[in-house]
This record gives sequence, structure tokens and C-alpha cells, in this order.
Amino acid sequence: MLRLERRPQPSRVWVWATPVLAVCLTMIAGGILFAILGKDPVAAIRMIFWDPLFSQQFAAFSRPQLLVKAGPLILIAVGLAIGFRAGIWNIGAEGQYIIGALCAAAVALAFFPSGPADVRLFGTVLFSFDAAPSRWWLFPLTIVAGAAGGFLWAMIPAILKTRFNTNEILVSLLLVYVAEKLLAAASVGWLRNPQGAGFPGSRNLSQFPAVANPEILPGTGMHWGVAIAFVAVIFGYVLLHRHMLGFHVQLAGQAPRAARFAGVAPARLVVFCLGISGLLAGLAGMFEVTGPARMITIDFNVGYGFTAIIVAFLGRLHPVGIVLAGLLMALTYIGGELAQFMLGLPSAAIQVFQGMLLFFLLALDMLSNYRIRLAYREAA
Amino acid sequence: MTTPLLAIEGLTKAYPGVIANEEVSFVIGEGEIHALLGENGAGKSTLVKTIYGLIRPDTGQMQWRAAPYAPTAPHEARATGVAMVFQHFSLFDAMDVAENVALGMDDPPPIRQLAARIRQVSTDYGLPLDPGRLVGDLSAGERQRVEIIRCLLQNPQLLIMDEPTSVLTPQEVDILFQTLRKLRAEGRSILYISHKLDEIRALCETATILRRGKVVASCDPREKTSRQLAEMMVGTALTAPQRVGRDPGAVLLQVDGLSLRAPSAFGTSLKDIALTVRAGEILGIGGVAGNGQDELLAALAGELRAPHHVIRVQDQPVGRFGPNTRRALGLLCAPEERLGHAAAPDMSLTENALLTGAWREKLVWQVFIDWKRARNFAESIIARFDVRTPGPHVAARALSGGNLQKFVIGREIMQRPQVLVVNQPTWGVDAAAAAAIRQALMDLAQGGAAVVVISQDLDELLEVADSFCALNAGRLSAPRPVPGLTMEQVGLMLGGAGDMEVAHVAT
Amino acid sequence: MMDLSSINPVVLVAALMVAATPILLAAIGELVVEKAGVLNLGVEGMMITGAVTGFAFAVTSGNPYLGMVAAATGGALLALIFALLTQYLMANQVATGLALTLFGLGFSALLGQGYSGVSPPRTPRLDFGWLAEIPVLGPIVFRHDPLVYVSIIIVAAVWWFLRYSRAGRILRAVGENHDAAHALGYRVRMVRVAAIAFGGACAGLGGAYLSLIRVPQWTEGMTAGAGWIALALVVFASWRPWRALLGAYLFGGIVTLQLTLQAAGWRIPVEYLAMAPYLVTIVVLVVISSGRARRTLAAPGSLGRPFHAAG
Repeated sequence: MLRLERRPQPSRVWVWATPVLAVCLTMIAGGILFAILGKDPVAAIRMIFWDPLFSQQFAAFSRPQLLVKAGPLILIAVGLAIGFRAGIWNIGAEGQYIIGALCAAAVALAFFPSGPADVRLFGTVLFSFDAAPSRWWLFPLTIVAGAAGGFLWAMIPAILKTRFNTNEILVSLLLVYVAEKLLAAASVGWLRNPQGAGFPGSRNLSQFPAVANPEILPGTGMHWGVAIAFVAVIFGYVLLHRHMLGFHVQLAGQAPRAARFAGVAPARLVVFCLGISGLLAGLAGMFEVTGPARMITIDFNVGYGFTAIIVAFLGRLHPVGIVLAGLLMALTYIGGELAQFMLGLPSAAIQVFQGMLLFFLLALDMLSNYRIRLAYREAA
Repeated sequence: MTTPLLAIEGLTKAYPGVIANEEVSFVIGEGEIHALLGENGAGKSTLVKTIYGLIRPDTGQMQWRAAPYAPTAPHEARATGVAMVFQHFSLFDAMDVAENVALGMDDPPPIRQLAARIRQVSTDYGLPLDPGRLVGDLSAGERQRVEIIRCLLQNPQLLIMDEPTSVLTPQEVDILFQTLRKLRAEGRSILYISHKLDEIRALCETATILRRGKVVASCDPREKTSRQLAEMMVGTALTAPQRVGRDPGAVLLQVDGLSLRAPSAFGTSLKDIALTVRAGEILGIGGVAGNGQDELLAALAGELRAPHHVIRVQDQPVGRFGPNTRRALGLLCAPEERLGHAAAPDMSLTENALLTGAWREKLVWQVFIDWKRARNFAESIIARFDVRTPGPHVAARALSGGNLQKFVIGREIMQRPQVLVVNQPTWGVDAAAAAAIRQALMDLAQGGAAVVVISQDLDELLEVADSFCALNAGRLSAPRPVPGLTMEQVGLMLGGAGDMEVAHVAT
Repeated sequence: MMDLSSINPVVLVAALMVAATPILLAAIGELVVEKAGVLNLGVEGMMITGAVTGFAFAVTSGNPYLGMVAAATGGALLALIFALLTQYLMANQVATGLALTLFGLGFSALLGQGYSGVSPPRTPRLDFGWLAEIPVLGPIVFRHDPLVYVSIIIVAAVWWFLRYSRAGRILRAVGENHDAAHALGYRVRMVRVAAIAFGGACAGLGGAYLSLIRVPQWTEGMTAGAGWIALALVVFASWRPWRALLGAYLFGGIVTLQLTLQAAGWRIPVEYLAMAPYLVTIVVLVVISSGRARRTLAAPGSLGRPFHAAG
């Protein structure tokens, strides 16, 4: 009979070995899944994990995509990890991401060069702008708008929690659906391209150089959002490991009463954690809509906010781990698309794959806190 | 010789790193109150859990009236006739008395019948209970009655009681003892676990003494002095903490009219608390668990805020300040719960040193942590307070209770407080560590600090404190000087008759 | 302008019961899970898994009831993964619940390929004969599919179980204080695993109700947050079964009203009306949660805390 026995303190080796082991197990289980779906498992795994980076045929296209996809994942996951460490569960990053993008797009479109632009709500013109196409402050303003959008959207669960003791998990998640409806309303309504012949979707922001977020280094996929993501990683590392606030964050997550004894104000911590993760998610949305996505559409969000939860856990809630995990998850996205293209692997298979990864990770997690022992039940 | 009720032969139970019980053998006779005596960590709980079927021993056997007895689960133990009153952890706050009793029975009758029996049995044994009340609203003494009644309804032959008096006032202890003697008169046996020697001498006719998992002696406690018993239990001659006369100085901590609503559903509200502690003085606050000790500590530590002028440190109002501002002003605290309140279990000792010492010990530069200084601070606590641990990188939960408590108290004392408030400083701590902690508190007062010791251990308070007051249902009695205070007077104060003259008139 | 006279209150009430049934089923299951002290945030994942397995089995076999049994089984199996992870491998309950939802959404999409656009076999309404013809009462009480009645029966059974049965008392004890329950010799993990499986089965059934009766069709992500709303409903109900029923029907009322207003051609864009259920849920959560003292009394004492028996 197997028994779990609590370790006197967490094993450092296992803390970092478990994600690697989880990835390996997921590959095996994923291979089995692909085999069941009638695909060659080895080819599929190779297509997902190897070809996007190293095959001559695809790498030129796929490699830049790695940073494009990893950027928002890392940016969001760093923010989430801070909250998760404090035991504050913002699972509505997807919503904050959408609202960040909407706010950024609204600001950018207000300044769109083709003649005076109107900002409308319910069909009424709220205010008009004279186009000021190439002001240097436009891009920073868009960034601020995106960050503010995500931040304020995250403040809703934060304030409800601190003022009314409302569960932040449920509220932040429910707000994702609200944000999705707002997105839909925007792309068919108040942000719709007036020259789009009635099709849903906003104007193409890449045609507006003052707010566009193009590749900084051509051919790398590197855009401003990726750069900011790496800044966020450094910021997150310093905060969590060098800053007193980071210490309080971890204390609150591990021992809430001890945190109060240490002088942590729980309400302020809730506001801080939700705020910072909302802000980063909003930024991610902003860089996405002005960069790779180019415009607001009904299906603008592709689940980065949820995948970032997996990234945060896979990276052990550690900023450096999150970079690696973000790159890996980005790879599964790209490889998944490739496999969909080349092998006809259903797109949902990759979602299952990512879900399994989180399962294996959580299942193996106990190795760092518990030892497995064989115990013999003696005959009574 | 007659067949014993329960014979234990050579029980051994090992956990990784510790042998909890080693070759333990003794017998419990019919109709006997048998004491199991030992320090914290001596292996009493493991042994008792083995008898109750919660733990299976590695080797050894037990015999019940000469028949083999090896329970694999508590219900088997109960079926045999063993019942157990737990020290804590066995009641359900949000359920009523009758439901709680039913949960402890293997074949409970319908609740309405059970309620009637609870009323009857509890009155018969002098421990009246209302079966419809929510357990969370009961006092510690009443909660214990629920456990006892739950056991008695099963008509047990052997009743195991684990530290039953730690939550009782002296008067309640008397009532309990009457009940236990009545049970013995009915022919039942009781295995009575305690480390309170006077009680054992008053109640038990046989004692088995455990030290580090082994039986070191068996005796008739009535024939021994408390000191002899203590030395058998601890294994060395004990030195009592030294008490030096002190001249009280200026008032360092003053509390006037502190009233606070209970922060949680089953908490206690503080009502109009007033106290004054001078430099060099130790104020002891006694009281049965759950009478507002945690809340009082939280209010003094700054976890709960109060009107600004209600709490003053060296005449500086601090009521609205949080814990860190109060620390900066010299008011330091050490709460009761070591793991999870005073220290974060999964964090290293270095991190736990940072927990309260951050600013006072300058472990933080601006807002950035100086990990090296934090480690040095942790190391100096470990060295000065003789904390047995491989080093400051070890997680707090890996330490034994006594060592962690030395670390936690040491952490505050090392910060040279003007005022130190401690709650249950030696709870669950072995005798040597307890003596060291008490000595450290007395030395601190000697050095000119004001010290408040909140404790449920009256012996401890009478030993270290200069003046004593009792906390009862969130009210604090007026202080009385400790010299000349008798146990009976203390008991009356704890029972809420703070003003004893009134109490005499009433009777 | 909209035409309010087109809204028939009797039809509205009958429709709200149908709208409420999926979340009621999911909520009553989760209520039992939480009463046992476990927080399973994977309701959404179990619901959608139930929706797709139920749909697939019903379409393949042609029998909707077989589909429902399959849905309950599917939900319970997924829940057992949660049980394994949280009860035996000591994984964090919040994270595992999220994983369950993420996995369930992907898994259902994978399984549901080739089922979009297909019509499931019809689930007939129960035939109550002349009773169904009673004005007002007939359409409201006697003209539903069997699962509406089953859901009410489950609520009643759970209420009786928790309040009067010995097993229910043990389950509450485990949820209230698992250390105490363990000390008394109850098998905390086993009780919890059983509760988790029951919760999964209920959520699966709720999902099947969506795909087989309410919509009836399979579309990816069709639960659209119903599982999360069910979780909120448990809080609203303060862990009391009949209040969960009340809450579900109130909620069903809002959904139905919103749909009716859409149909009646209200001038607010559809997207804003469609936010209503989520916003209302949030508002209700706020109102319920702010009554703090009562809430702390009602929430099971060990909710969400991991249990590891020492020794």
C-alpha cells in the first residue's frame, strides 16, 4: 500500500522537476490521444514540438509566431502569478484582456486619420475628434488606455471583494462573459468600421502608424508587447523575491493570519493583486489589438487569459519559470495549428492537450511536498 | 491477581525520524483511574490513539479482559467498550449538541429520543446540557461535557481522557473529578492523561510515566510528591525560574475602556477592558480558553484596530495604528498559535525572522529586503535562544513545538521591546523549553520592559507574574498582586466573580 | 415600441422552469460537494462534458434517456479525476477545478466534432392527461419533460438526506470539521469522493438537459458560464437545497424575461440584454455576501481546506 508522507519542507529538486515530468507525461498521453484520433502519434508530437522551430519548411513562418503568442501569455501570467501566490484568484484575465483591447482601440480609433472621428454609444455621438494622425503621444496614450481598461475591469471584483466580501473567483470569471458581450457589441456597433460595408469589426489599426504596434525587429515576431512582457518578468521577479510587498504577498497566500500579524492589510493586497494582473492583461490586449490582431473583431479573444493560468502554474508562479512555460504553451498553439493544417488534427485536441498538462502538473505537485512510501499493512 | 481490563504489551510505533512508542507495556485494572503522565512529545497521544484504533502499532499487542484486542478503527474500539474524550478536534461548531453526540455513536437512536437521553444522563452525572444548543456557542467547559456525555451514552468500560482539565476553571475541575469518581464507583476504568501533577495525585491510584516513548516508571502517585513525579517525567532535576524583586517604573502600556465586537461568528467580544503595565512589571492574565484571549492579543498587536486613545504605549496613543507602527513604538506581541499565526509554517526561519523584525531590525532597505541581514538575525535568535535546528533555511513547521516557540518568543525579545505581550508562551512545549522561555520573560522585565503574559496555565502565571487578572467572557477583572493569592481566589476570579466581596454576599 | 401584451405570464413561468433546470441540477450537486467540505470549481467543465456525452449517446442510440445516463456517468468520471487529484494527491482545489473546466471545454469540443447541426432524439413530455389542460396550473405544473420533475425530486431528496439521514449528518460533519470527523473514525476521503462523484453526475445531467432538451443541439462552449452561475447559486442558497431551487427559478425567470424582451423587439441591442444573467448573478452575489455573519455560519467549516490524515 502506498502512503503519502509530508516532507518536513518542500523539496527544491521536485519543485522544478515536476513541470518537466508533467510535460513528458502529457506528450505520452497526448500521443495516445492522437493515436485514438487516428493520427500517427510520433508525427503529431514532432509536428507540435519540433517542426515549428526547426523544420526548414515551416520554421521561417512559425518561429516569429512563437514570440507573438508567448508575449501576451507571459504578460498575463506574470500578473496572475502574483495574485495566485497571495491566494487571490483572478481567473477573469480573459475579460480584462478584452476590455484593455477595447479601450485601447477606442482611443486609437478616436484619432483615426480619415476625417473627424466620432465616438458613439448606442448610436449617439458622444464626442468628435479632429484627426491628429501623427502625434508622438498617441501610442503611449493607447498603452495607458489599455492598461487602465484592464485595471478598472479587475477593480470590479477587487472592490466587491473588499467592500462586500464577494468571491473574486466567481465575479472575475462572470465578467469575462460580460466583456465578451461588450466585445460583440463593439464590433457590430460602436467600434465598427464605417467603411466596412456593414461587416462586423473595427478599422484596421495597422494602417494607422501612430498607434500601430509592428514588429520591432523584422522576422522575429518581437513587438512592443513582447518587450513589455520581459520588463514585466523582471519587475515580477524583483517584486516577489526582493521587495517587502512580494514577501507579504507570499505570506498572505501561505498563512493569512501570519500576514495580518505581520501588518499586511488584506484589502489592500486584494486591490493590488487584482489591479496588477488586470493591468498587465489589459496591456496584453492593447498590444494584441494594435499589433498582431490589427483590429477589434467578435472573435478577437482566443483564450490567452485562460491559457495564462496554465502558464502561471507550469512556471511554478515564478517569473523566470513563466517565461519558459509561456514559450512552451506558445509552441503548442503554433504546433497545434500546424498539425491541424498538415495532419488534420482537430483544433480542440490542442486544448485537451493543454488541459492534460495542467492535470499532470497538479497531480505531480505532491512530489515536492510529500514523499511516497511503501507501507505494509500487517496482518491483524 | 484478577484479570486486568486492558493489558498493553510491548507496543512500538515508529515514524520517520522518531520512535513515538517503544516497547510500552502496562495494565489498567477494572474500576481504576490510571494516570498516563508525560511531557509533550513523550508519546502519550500516539499510545492513546493506538488504544482507540486510530493508529496501528508496528509491533506489540493488547489484551482486553485476557482476549486479544487489536482495533483497526475507532468503531471497533467503541464496540469493545473504549470511549475517548479528546483534547480538541472532535466537535462540530455549526451543529447542535444532539447531533454532535449522535456523530460519536455507532448506532444512534432518532434525534428526539437521543435529546431526551442527553438531558437525563447529563443531569444524572452533574453535567447538565441543553441538546438543542449550537456547539459553537458553548463555553469550553460545556463543550467538554458534550464529549463526556457522548462517551457515557455508549456505556464504556474504559474512558480515555486526554488533558481534560486544560480548558477548565478550578471549580469546574472539582465538578469533573466528582463525575469521574462516580464513574469509578460504577466499576468503570479511566485512563487519565495529564501533565498536571497535583490533579493526578488527587485523582489517580496508579500512574504510568512515559518519557521519549518509553515507560520509565509506574507508581502510586499518592505516595509521591509532585516534585518526584516531575523529575520522573522530565528525567532531570528541575530548576525553578529565578524571581528577583523588581521596582515598578513608569507606565509603559495603558489600556482604557477597550471594547471590540467579535471579529468572527464564534469569537468573543471584548468588553470595557482596562489594564496598566509598568516598566519591570509582569502582568499575568488568566482565563479559560475562548474567553477573549485571542481577541485581546489581536487588539494589542494591531490586527484589530481600536479607538486611538484607548491603547497607549508610553502615553502615545496607538489604537488606530497597525502592527508595524506599534512595533516601531516598542509594542511587540507573540500570539498563541505558533504555526500559521506567529510563524508561517512553510517559510524558512529567515523569512519568519523577517515577518516581525523587518523594520525594527533594519532587515529592509527602503522597500527591498536585505536577505543577508535577515539570515543573520535568524541565526542570532537561534544561537541565543538555543533553538535546535540545522539552520535558518529550515521551514518553520519542521521544528518541534518547543523549538519553534523559543524562536518565536526569541524573535520578539531580541528586538528589545518596551512592551511585550505573549499569549500561551509555553503551550505544548516541553518542560526545559518552558523554563527557558519563562526565564527569558522574567529577564526581559528585569531589564525594564513591561510584559503581559496571557495564559491558561495558572501555575505558570503565579510563577512569573507580579500581578494577576482574569479574563472572563471578554471582561478583564481588576488586577491583584500575585504574592498572597490563593488558588481558590484565582478560581473565583476566573469564574467571573471578579469582585469577590459581592460573590460572598450572594452566597 | 415593444409590445408587452405579447408576453404571456403562464408561458413565461413554464419557460423559466425549463431555463432553470440545468443550473439547478448542477447547483444541487455542487451544494452536496461543498457540504462535504470540497470546493469543485470544475462545474462548467463537467456540465459541458455531460452535454456532449449525453448528446453523442442519445444521437447514437436514439434514446434520450440513455444519453442522460451517459451524461451523468461522464460528469461523474470527470469529477473522479478531480477527486483523485485533490483527495489523494493533495492538489490545490481551486487550481484543479479550473483545470477540470479548461480540460472539459477542450475535451467536449473534441468529442463534439461531427455533432454540430445534428438534431437529438426528442425527449417527450410526461403525459398527465386532463391535468395538463387545467388553465394556468396545467402548463406550469403538468406539461414538462421528465427531467424537470427529476430535478425537483433530487432537491427534495438532498434536503431530506442532509437534514434527516445519518449518512447526511456524517457528510455535514466531514465538511464542517474534517479533523474531528477523522478522530471519530469517519472516512473523510471516502465521503468526499462519493460527494464529488454525485456532484459530477448532477452537473453532467444538467449539461445533457441543455444539449438534449433546452436548446436542443450541440454547439461548442454551449454552457456559456452556466456552471459558474451554478456555483454562485450555491452561495446564494447559503448551502440550503430549497433556496437553491428558489434561486435557480428566479434566475431562470431573468433569462426567460431577457429572451422574451429580445423577441418582443426591445430597443436595447441583443448583446447588452445577453449580459443580464451574468450581471444579475454578480449583483446577487454582492447582496448575499455582504450579510457577513450569516454567511460565515452557513458555509461549511472545512470548505476548500485540504485534508491529510497524519499517521
